[in-house]
Amino acid sequence: MNAISLVKTCGLTKIFTSRRGLLSRQQRQVRALDGVDLTIYRQETLGVVGESGCGKTTLGRAIMRLIHPTSGQILFEGQDIAPLNRSDFRRYRRDMQMVFQNPYSSFDPRFSMLNSMAEPLRTHTDLRGEALVKRARELLEQTGMPGEILYRYPHEFSGGQLQRIAVARALALNPKFIVLDEPTSALDVSVQAQIINLLQQLQRELKLTYLFITHDLSVVQHISDRIAVMYLGKIVELSITEAIFSDAQHPYTRALLASAPSLDPEFRRERIILKGGVPDPAAPPPGCSFHPRCPEAMEICSQAEPTFVDVGGGHMVACHLVSQT
Amino acid sequence: MNDMLLSVEDLHVRFRTYAGLVHAVNGMTFNVRQGEIFGLVGESGCGKSVTGFAVVRMVPFPGEIARGRIEFQGEDLAQKSEAEMKDIRGRRIAMIFQDPSASLNPVFSIGNQVTRVIRQHVSASRYEARQLALKMFDAVGLPDPERAFRAYPHELSGGMQQRVMIAMALSSGAELLIADEPSTALDVTIQAQILALLTRLRETQGVSILLITHDLGVVAETCDRVGVAYAGNIVEMGRVEDVLYQMKHPYTQGLLAALPRPTHRGQPLQSIKGSVPDGLRLPAGCPFHPRCPEVMDICQLEKPALVLVGPKDHVAACHLYGEGETA
Repeated sequence: MNAISLVKTCGLTKIFTSRRGLLSRQQRQVRALDGVDLTIYRQETLGVVGESGCGKTTLGRAIMRLIHPTSGQILFEGQDIAPLNRSDFRRYRRDMQMVFQNPYSSFDPRFSMLNSMAEPLRTHTDLRGEALVKRARELLEQTGMPGEILYRYPHEFSGGQLQRIAVARALALNPKFIVLDEPTSALDVSVQAQIINLLQQLQRELKLTYLFITHDLSVVQHISDRIAVMYLGKIVELSITEAIFSDAQHPYTRALLASAPSLDPEFRRERIILKGGVPDPAAPPPGCSFHPRCPEAMEICSQAEPTFVDVGGGHMVACHLVSQT
Repeated sequence: MNDMLLSVEDLHVRFRTYAGLVHAVNGMTFNVRQGEIFGLVGESGCGKSVTGFAVVRMVPFPGEIARGRIEFQGEDLAQKSEAEMKDIRGRRIAMIFQDPSASLNPVFSIGNQVTRVIRQHVSASRYEARQLALKMFDAVGLPDPERAFRAYPHELSGGMQQRVMIAMALSSGAELLIADEPSTALDVTIQAQILALLTRLRETQGVSILLITHDLGVVAETCDRVGVAYAGNIVEMGRVEDVLYQMKHPYTQGLLAALPRPTHRGQPLQSIKGSVPDGLRLPAGCPFHPRCPEVMDICQLEKPALVLVGPKDHVAACHLYGEGETA
């Protein structure tokens, strides 16, 4: 792997505040991202997994600057893009694109596909008229859609077809980095396979770097080079895919892997059924935020927050079980 | 066979829409045996949910059951009057859905809703209904039954709400539980809890379960037998170990090959060309023929029947196995 970093976050934090009640002055603070340090290397696929509310989508959106981080740095090719204002950020926008979960809400129903495809090209390039149509057609064909569909509207397509078009649009400005936020979760398995194959083929051809956010462990295992496991706004484990699946160190990762229903009996793990659900992110437990559900919780876990340490070969874990030894 | 609890035969459900007649279910045939978990699996639009609704005669407007038999303990539900169905629904056949928060009324407390359902089906005083509800809450593993009883739906997490739904569904001693994607909206760690609960309740409450899902992993880990649905038909059915590991129908083969598997990392996934047919314009003959890699001339003309393709009632509807014995 070409280990040059493309995107790097340092202490990335996002706090959402909302009022406790309609008239209350009390504020409720949710730390959706809590000091995330992450490096994404060029041409790799970094998978981010976790349950709902763990902050994985917020991470993708914060890196894309769709939401303003509360604190922390986001380095894109060495340049901190977190403090940039809209107009200064604009020149980075073409290098970073995003594909969302629901393809139906990613397109304006009143826009023809040509209009939708043309928008990024009009905003960021000098292409107009014939040349613009030609480019839109090329992009569609690159993702396996016929160029004729440019004059059709979103409701005329299936979810899988729309997701192909969404990928085509994301490629319009020749980005280096694409955030894929659950791009196949709304699709049926036979169609999901088509989209995953397309994404992998495009990555090879165009030397793209992906941040692949999903809750589906079999998909993330298939597509990722490295995987980050998130829990309550923090990364609890990060390593190459093989190590996560064969040598998970964090009890949460192990439970997550064991919970996923598996088709192959030889890969079936002994069930670790966790107690309870994810705690309220507005009032995370003290110490390690996983300790109330952790089957291996020790005394220290409720007192001190574990540090994120390298257990060898870049395999990072935040757990007192490993940091003690 | 007398261990059949539910036997659906040649069920057809259609929807009259402005665009025309949509054939959602086209000759669905399967059965659920006493005490088993039967999985009905398929992609969106295959008619699996509509079949679940049809069993309790609750196909939403403008749908209707065009023909077919729905035999439940020897009685044909398709012939029942609405009044008779009211007595069966909820009391003998219960149903739970994907999104528990949509099934619970946000303005009434959990206890209020559960006791109301109980008193609808069994004659019990308020106090008795409350005791029964608390007992069921305990049986479904709600950590603090008293608190859950007093709570409003929004105060419980999705997993807890689904437990309440299961408790409510089984409180009147239903013999069959139809679970339509019961764990799909939940996180994997919670999904594992709910699936373990369903498996346990089958033992402790003696309930049979028709589990409707799109997730083959869920089927592999929880079901005894499975039917694979495509375009409103069962294309393959049998024990889970036969259907998922000795699959015969090209659609089942395609579906399994499309799933990312740990053994196939780094290789492109197999996909099924094209997409699921539209219920308005179903292809003639076998509904899978336009996408089938092994299509023959006969497939475009004649719809295949379910025939035996293996031991233990393993059946498939495919002309490749045309010489087999009709099941």
